[in-house]
Amino acid sequence: MIEIKNLHKSYPMGKDSLHVLKGLDLHIKEGEFVSIMGSSGSGKSTLLNIVGLLDEHDEGEYFLNGQKIEKLDEKKAAVLRNKFLGFVFQSFNLISYKNALENVALPLYYRGTSRKERLKTAMEYLDKVGLKDWAKHLPSELSGGQKQRVAIARALVSRPKVVLADEPTGALDSTTSDSVMDLLKEINREGMTVFVITHEEEIAEQTDRIVRLKDGVIISDEKVNKNVKA
Amino acid sequence: MFDIDRWGEIFQSMSKNKLRTVLAGFTITFAILLFTILLGMGNGLKNTFQTFFSRDAENAMFIQPNRTSKAYKGYQSGRQIEFTNEDIEFVEKNYGDKITSLIRRNRMHVDFAYKNEKDDYELIGVDPGIQFLEMSTPFKGRFINELDIKKKSKVIAIGRMTEQDLFPKGISAVGKYINVGGLAYKVVGVFTDPGGDNEERLNYIPITTFQNIYGNNDDVHQINLLYNPKLSTEQAITLGNNLVKDLKKKHTISPRDQRAIRNTNRAEVVQGTGQVSAGLDMGIFFIALGTLIAGVVGIGNMMVYIVKERTKELGIRKALGATPKSIIMMIMLEAFFITSIAGYIGLLIGTGVVKFMAPLLEEYGIMNSNVDMGIVIFATILLMVSGIIAGYLPARRAAKIKPIVALRDE
Repeated sequence: MIEIKNLHKSYPMGKDSLHVLKGLDLHIKEGEFVSIMGSSGSGKSTLLNIVGLLDEHDEGEYFLNGQKIEKLDEKKAAVLRNKFLGFVFQSFNLISYKNALENVALPLYYRGTSRKERLKTAMEYLDKVGLKDWAKHLPSELSGGQKQRVAIARALVSRPKVVLADEPTGALDSTTSDSVMDLLKEINREGMTVFVITHEEEIAEQTDRIVRLKDGVIISDEKVNKNVKA
Repeated sequence: MFDIDRWGEIFQSMSKNKLRTVLAGFTITFAILLFTILLGMGNGLKNTFQTFFSRDAENAMFIQPNRTSKAYKGYQSGRQIEFTNEDIEFVEKNYGDKITSLIRRNRMHVDFAYKNEKDDYELIGVDPGIQFLEMSTPFKGRFINELDIKKKSKVIAIGRMTEQDLFPKGISAVGKYINVGGLAYKVVGVFTDPGGDNEERLNYIPITTFQNIYGNNDDVHQINLLYNPKLSTEQAITLGNNLVKDLKKKHTISPRDQRAIRNTNRAEVVQGTGQVSAGLDMGIFFIALGTLIAGVVGIGNMMVYIVKERTKELGIRKALGATPKSIIMMIMLEAFFITSIAGYIGLLIGTGVVKFMAPLLEEYGIMNSNVDMGIVIFATILLMVSGIIAGYLPARRAAKIKPIVALRDE
């Protein structure tokens, strides 16, 4: 699903440049539940941005769903994001003036789905995350956990290949964190590839595979929890 | 562009961000409002200026015979030239097609008396066309007419001030007889004249009556005429010059004698005032342009602010699959919609204010303030286009920002 070979990324900082990713190799197969662990500055967010087509890599190769990603213009990137990727952000990133249902329906709007169809589908996914009764509420009227559930419904509504979650529990207390992780586990069980970025050991431990990143290189890549899943 | 879903997104964005929408619209409304009011007042000033020169009809000529100043063909200089009815026929015959009204005008000073009131006034014998040349309006009774000319009636149309001077308050002069130099004239009407008090102390009788009673001849003191208003200013000036040339020839006057026949041609005055008007136009134009530029800058600022405020939202939209084009379209259609509605409101309020102000301004001598709808609509469209362009630049920038940068924006 996601194949990365010798990936490099650096950011220009004045005259110098900051080398963030120093040759990563990573292969994530369809249906995996992977977490990237690392402290801040380890390069994990940069990796997610590249995987999520929100940023471009400098060197190396990146295949998404078998398609080589290189020299994408904004329009192609937008279409690929819409088709293959669902995002869950730490700060939820819901549009403040749209209610839960409209937020969930937005990716379908950019896909060109009819209004009736996309509101119907959006409602199904809101139901799936247990927020059917909150469909008409604005994000400001929802709790943090509810917002993240809405964001997850939004990530799923376009039936992507991969859900990318950037510190999905970073802004939540431990109880709501657990419920959000349970939701991610559930969608993974249904066959979705889930890619989580976190710096919390407890979160990473709930996934099937932990990739540890330090200073732009992978220091370990281990499968865990096989027994739990079984 | 006419995608219902797209407009749905735009209306939602506008209605859920009312303050932003109203502020952006206010800039436009205010610019158009100011533009309209300034233009209205400017036009009022121009009209005022023109009315200073419009006490008489604009297409009038006054041809006055004087003494010659040059000896010519055996005649000595200093000879008094006199017009008669024959000169009128001559002008009619040669220039009738370019003249709408030919008027004989004789004048003298006479004592007017009604009961105990008595004063010296100007008595003028005229053809009825004088009413349109002087732009006099009979507000009581009627003016001198063709039948009076034919019958040589002893009737008189007096000016408003003459009536006020001679008649007691509340008594209408119409139908009364007044003593004019010992003869009784029946007052048939009282008129007003835009020339003011002085011209409202003039008094008109039929020219035939004048010629019959005062001299029993067919002398004409002055030839007045209204030329065809379709003539251009240049054509009218040529007409005046040709008329004088022919009359000089007829009366055996040196073509180079500038004094013997004097023609006061309003067309020449119009030409002069036209230049001043053009100057005023320029002034109005620059003020209006300044207002518009201020409006354009205002919209520009507003659009930059709006895009800045929405950076994060745009980032989210891009992460969810919005293409740069759809982002640009969304911003620009919103700008277009706000500017057109706000511009229209400004236009309505502006023209309303000008209509409402016009009577008040007249007290300060600014006459007939009005706006040319075409120009205001043009200004509104200009602002709309500016709003769209002003929206385009920041929208394009926003569409180019990498979503990751936009998402980081707090």
